[in-house]
Amino acid sequence: MQATSEDGSRPRAGNPLWLLAELTYRCPLHCVYCSNPVDYIRSGAELSTDSWLKVLREGRALGAVQLGFSGGEPLARRDLETLVREARALGYYTNLITSGIGLDERRIAELRTAGLDHIQLSFQDSTRELNDFLSHTRTFDLKLELARLIKQHGYPMVLNVVLHRQNLDHIEQILSMAERLGVEYLELANTQYYGWALLNREHLLPSREQIARAEEATRRFRERVTPNVKAYFVVPDYYENRPKPCMNGWGSVFMVVTADGIALPCHQARMLPGLEFPRVQQHPLRWIWYDSPAFNRFRGFDWMREPCRSCPERFKDFGGCRCQAYLLTGDSANTDPVCDLSPVHRTVVELVERAQRRSEPRSPLFFRDDRNSHKLGSH
Amino acid sequence: MTTTGGTQLTLGDVPVVPARCRLQWEAAQQGYVILYPEGMVKLSASAAEIVKRVDGRASIADILDSLAQAFPGADLRDDVLEFLNAGYERGWIEAQGR
Repeated sequence: MQATSEDGSRPRAGNPLWLLAELTYRCPLHCVYCSNPVDYIRSGAELSTDSWLKVLREGRALGAVQLGFSGGEPLARRDLETLVREARALGYYTNLITSGIGLDERRIAELRTAGLDHIQLSFQDSTRELNDFLSHTRTFDLKLELARLIKQHGYPMVLNVVLHRQNLDHIEQILSMAERLGVEYLELANTQYYGWALLNREHLLPSREQIARAEEATRRFRERVTPNVKAYFVVPDYYENRPKPCMNGWGSVFMVVTADGIALPCHQARMLPGLEFPRVQQHPLRWIWYDSPAFNRFRGFDWMREPCRSCPERFKDFGGCRCQAYLLTGDSANTDPVCDLSPVHRTVVELVERAQRRSEPRSPLFFRDDRNSHKLGSH
Repeated sequence: MTTTGGTQLTLGDVPVVPARCRLQWEAAQQGYVILYPEGMVKLSASAAEIVKRVDGRASIADILDSLAQAFPGADLRDDVLEFLNAGYERGWIEAQGR
């Protein structure tokens, strides 16, 4: 990657490759680790079909080629088929990222005809009891049936199970479920601590032993099923000594557009203070990507402080995650404290140490719902 | 799925780009990409020459013959095998009947 322009003064951005369309914040599920903003209830009106079609065209013209339809639950939008049809005609690879609720065989077939390339279906667990508890819905049996129909209609399928303290010990069952369902990809991503998951961290942050066991089980599974199934396992950032190259760098390849039309360089950035994220109703995507102050704020390396500024690893990890830096240190320009070179890495170590003990959580468990969003939303 | 096991592809195998993947020209990148669920691989010009010959009928030996005609004098055997096996490992190349 070329990081700076010829005169070295200003980062030069490549084109976006990924566009994530968070079509709605509405969701029938109430997952305790939802990545939507805690105060989603205060967001503006949803974009119209025409506005989304404009976003899709502008994104494609910029060079974005992977398109995710996400939410909330994207199936809550009745115009999803229209958007998929246009996206596919524009040449996007179209991914539906869904809980499955709102899907039935007719809609599975219609989306296929519209040109949908792939469905990522999430389960909360391999057991009915915990799946239904964590999502606060009775959806487990429905999801099993949908998984069967998705495969029957010829879609490639990613099974996504978010892992955490409550379900990590079911890993063997989760792996067998993936094999039984005949999925091509299995995403076992541990919860990262933003938004709702941060509120519920005490309930969700696993022990070191839980992660080690699950990682080992996944390794054995991978050995047995490669290349039929690709299994990805992502550990919680808190257990790393070096930060992830979050989004491959701020404003490097990824753009999110939220239900109410705010363009972001990652899922979480909306809550960062001091940044004004542009609205797609007011600006073309090209300006937003290349010229808006928000998308340029953490591009390149000039914004960095020590220890990142002189670190040889800055070209690899880009200083880690701006949102994690803000949530754990109060300043989004600091080094991601997951890094053991951060002066406040101790904060993360203490959280991890606490997770090794089996004590009753002191805070209540907050389900993601409108009432809690009203109550807990910060602005 | 048409693939089993983790073994390597050899000259007699017939490679195919699976239906879930799509080979596409990207003007913004001035190159071919293979798209698959939630990911993509960007192909170099020479990699694209290989993938364009992957049609589910030609064996790897056939593909080498075709490349030798188009680019006489180059010994591509090891490069082609290495590239196709990398794709096989990552799931954007499969082999007919395996």
